[in-house]
Amino acid sequence: MSYVVEGSSGPWEVVIGLEVHAQVVSRAKLFSGAATAFGAEPNTQVSFVDAAFPGMLPVINGVCVAQAVRTGLGLDAQINLVSRFDRKNYFYADLPAGYQISQYQHPIVGAGSVEIELADGSTRRIGVTRLHLEQDAGKSLHDQHPGKSYIDLNRAGVALMEIVSEPDLRSPEEAGAYLRKLRTILRYLGTCDGNMEEGSLRADVNVSVRRHGEPFRTRCEVKNVNSVRYVMQAIEAEAKRQVAVWEDGGTVGQETRLYDVARGATRAMRSKEDAHDYRYFPDPDLLPLVLDAAWVAELGRHLPELPDAKRARFMRDYGLPAYDSAVLVAEQATADFYETVARGRDARLAANWVIGDLFAAFNRTGRGIEDSPVAAAALGELLDLMADGTINGRIAKDVFELMVETGEAPGAIVESRGLRQVTDTGAIDAAIAAVLTANADKLAEYRSGKDKLFGFFVGQTIKSMAGKANPALVNEALKRALG
Amino acid sequence: MLDLSLAQVRTALRTRKVSARELARAQLDAVAALNPRLNAFITVTPDLAERHAAAADAALARGEHGPLTGIPLAIKDLFCTEGVRTTAASRILDTFVPPYESTVTANLLRDGAVFLGKANLDEFAMGSSNMTSAFGPVANPWTRTGDNRPLVPGGSSGGSAAAVAARLAFGATATDTGGSIRQPASFCGIAGIKPTYGRCSRWGVVAFASSLDQAGPLARSVEDCAILLGSMAGFDAKDSTSADLAVPDFAAACARGVKGLRIGVPREYRSDSMAPEIEALWQQGVGWLRQQGAEIIDVSLPHTKYALATYYIVAPAEASSNLARYDGVRFGHRAAGEDLIELYERTRAEGFGAEVRRRIMIGTYVLSAGYYDAYYLRAQKVRALILRDFTEAFRHCDALLTPTAPSAAFGQGEKMDDPVTMYLNDVFTVPANMAGIPGLSVPAGLDAQGLPLGLQVLGRPFDEETVFAVGAAIERAAGFTHRPSIRAGA
Amino acid sequence: MSLDPATVRRIGKLARIRLAEPEVVALGAELNGILGWIEQLNEVDIDGIEPLAGAAQMALRWRDDVVTEGGMRDALLANAPDREGDFFAVPKVVE
Ligand SMILES: [Mg+2]
Ligand SMILES: [Zn+2]
Repeated sequence: MSYVVEGSSGPWEVVIGLEVHAQVVSRAKLFSGAATAFGAEPNTQVSFVDAAFPGMLPVINGVCVAQAVRTGLGLDAQINLVSRFDRKNYFYADLPAGYQISQYQHPIVGAGSVEIELADGSTRRIGVTRLHLEQDAGKSLHDQHPGKSYIDLNRAGVALMEIVSEPDLRSPEEAGAYLRKLRTILRYLGTCDGNMEEGSLRADVNVSVRRHGEPFRTRCEVKNVNSVRYVMQAIEAEAKRQVAVWEDGGTVGQETRLYDVARGATRAMRSKEDAHDYRYFPDPDLLPLVLDAAWVAELGRHLPELPDAKRARFMRDYGLPAYDSAVLVAEQATADFYETVARGRDARLAANWVIGDLFAAFNRTGRGIEDSPVAAAALGELLDLMADGTINGRIAKDVFELMVETGEAPGAIVESRGLRQVTDTGAIDAAIAAVLTANADKLAEYRSGKDKLFGFFVGQTIKSMAGKANPALVNEALKRALG
Repeated sequence: MLDLSLAQVRTALRTRKVSARELARAQLDAVAALNPRLNAFITVTPDLAERHAAAADAALARGEHGPLTGIPLAIKDLFCTEGVRTTAASRILDTFVPPYESTVTANLLRDGAVFLGKANLDEFAMGSSNMTSAFGPVANPWTRTGDNRPLVPGGSSGGSAAAVAARLAFGATATDTGGSIRQPASFCGIAGIKPTYGRCSRWGVVAFASSLDQAGPLARSVEDCAILLGSMAGFDAKDSTSADLAVPDFAAACARGVKGLRIGVPREYRSDSMAPEIEALWQQGVGWLRQQGAEIIDVSLPHTKYALATYYIVAPAEASSNLARYDGVRFGHRAAGEDLIELYERTRAEGFGAEVRRRIMIGTYVLSAGYYDAYYLRAQKVRALILRDFTEAFRHCDALLTPTAPSAAFGQGEKMDDPVTMYLNDVFTVPANMAGIPGLSVPAGLDAQGLPLGLQVLGRPFDEETVFAVGAAIERAAGFTHRPSIRAGA
Repeated sequence: MSLDPATVRRIGKLARIRLAEPEVVALGAELNGILGWIEQLNEVDIDGIEPLAGAAQMALRWRDDVVTEGGMRDALLANAPDREGDFFAVPKVVE
């Protein structure tokens, strides 16, 4: 059954659309030569253009244009060869010009889509309405002084891609999956670093509720939610609020709200109380943005393999299950790591090691794929040692732990610690003889028909050889010994 | 010496008949003597002028000179000048000192110019009389015969025009959004050109209406304008609307003559209400050009009559947005407020004068929800038709000849009762801004009251050379040697 | 179309210009005069005409992605009517 909010009068469907603001990866700002790096001293990455000083003019950064086009291509979207910049006029302390340069009527990217995977294994295609380029605002600090707000313009003018979804999402889970998937795609493309804590990716969440089969009801916009978890919580809280309003006989008014994390509830935004009339018009300081079709095609040819394609390939070429593939492609770096390990080796075994042992090591050490305690080449070498019989699977687990602890290469660990698998049949025969002697009672039981004890003898033999015996050889020798 | 043309004084400097410092001092003395009467300058910068002049003398002593080395100029106070207060004649910028130099003024400095100070203008260049300046009106150096009441110099570049006409500078920078170079040139008996949109960089010029604003020179002769424009113009990567074209030798074009040129006379510029002496002067201009070998062609610009109304949608709309940055937060005047909104509202109510407030209100209204299509979008379409008219006309002729303004200079305080009456001053000049084409005003004669009248030459986009050629031909034929009653050395 | 006092007040709010009550009436009359005169544009046949936003007939030129400015906080803040440390300051804003 699909997600509903149970009201006192029955179930309500939730309708969600996301407007995601993704900070473009570029050195300089969209319309000025000031830097975009995060965490600089206040007001040090500001040009007079960003601060809207008299006579200052915008000049567009070509890399930001390319990044928007690449993102559009990655979302299977229409690329508009002619687009235009408009001014969105409103007064705010951190909006120096009194307008934001944005793309209203003619965005650079039109309709596209994102495929999301849900926990039950199903997939849904979510429509993307458009993507446009615009400037970020500065930052207001409200807690530095009892009577004043402080303005830092470092972020003012940084390029953003606003990616608007269709109202196709129907649950917090779907919204979360959409946002995560979008983030993955952006990171693959290298067009946004996806860092939500630093504000590189922020979502405005449009939420409305309706009874099954009804047309859309009025929506509210919850602004600037900065984590997947909070997006999901905000949707739930806002949907419940709206259901309560409707069921009380009230009316939900279109408004801008904020999600209060501490209270787990949304509230109306004071500064957005007066309905805005943005007076959009074409920015006369800028000319139409015209793209060359051949240039767009060239960008398309150099697009990296994106997560959906990669996942399909992993399933096809490596024979991996859908779930494992999805886990491995969630981050480009993980997928690359996996492929380095898997290349020329047992691909499913490689997947088990990455998803199982490697991820467990990340959890234990607090590290991740970018600073992995074990390099992909080293893990590959470990797999090779197993494949050529140098060590067995049990010893491999120990070697891996030592690799994590010491950073040493698996071959060196095996040699220095004498972990090489024993393949000397004489030694194995001797060990078997000792085990059979020590377990005369079990041997008698076996001979009287308790076949299951065969495994017991294998285990005892390997154990007696400190785990280093080759299990296949032990099997063979034991069969011979037990005749 | 202050009565010489820019070209003449340049020769005097190069031949060391006068030093740049002597010239600057003489010019500054004249400013000190006459500015109290004319109010042509908001800020005089004697120290800066001395510095520039000293540098010019040093260069001349080394035998080096740029196109403008040692030439004293007035700078319209709409151009940002590094370290020198720039007000746009508005109270809202009364304390603003830019930390940067506009591209146009930087080009002039590169070529050796000496800056005397910042010239008065209508507030934010909004006006046709210089009456809207927060620093008081400018008096036209010309007065009616037998009548000493002060007249307006036109606007918005009224301070620049008055300074040049009164021999307080050899030339001046100006800007033209709807006629703000050409109409004051006509009112003050000097020459002035609004070049093609994109010819001069707008970077560092306080914006009024970005799609219309263009910088250009005012000077006492067409050739002087050509020399100045040659320095002011040029591609600037910092202005997205700047044209990436080489700057031609405009001064050389002045000597081309008009033989074989086809000059269009647009019939829609003629109206029954046109003053007979302006009509007569226009006919005279046509005659001069014909005598010098031009072919005269009757052309039609059917949407001309709508240009002014179109302008009064487009310009205020852009201005309402361009002037949003004057909010009392980062620079300029600030009024106290309990909260941020009150601060904004009081700052802008106090900081802007009546005409600026009026235009911001109009612009805000025509862009607001529900009115955009009826006003702004319609205006953009009419603008397309105005451009199409010119494009069509220039298929048949090389330049157009019209009067510059519908009247001579009028008295301070006249035409103030109804804004539209004042707006009508720009009826002949606005179409060129809408289409982005170059327009030059040349002094051509005096009216019955002894006041100068100008003729306007319009040309194809980026064909200022033909415009200069035609303007210089009119200038030669007109032999305009009249001088205003208020002037240095008078 | 004509501006009633409520519209004049609303436009004043949007433009962030405080209007004293007597001004509302006077300004309304002036604006109506100007807008009435502008209405002559309704005569123009604009069917099928593409709007013209500006006079420059070219496409947008692009900049390289190079950091060329920054690190000039003092110049940036030098004109500020209210500066607090490294920041511009305004009366406290409640979001
Ligand atoms: Mg939004
Ligand atoms: Zn946005």
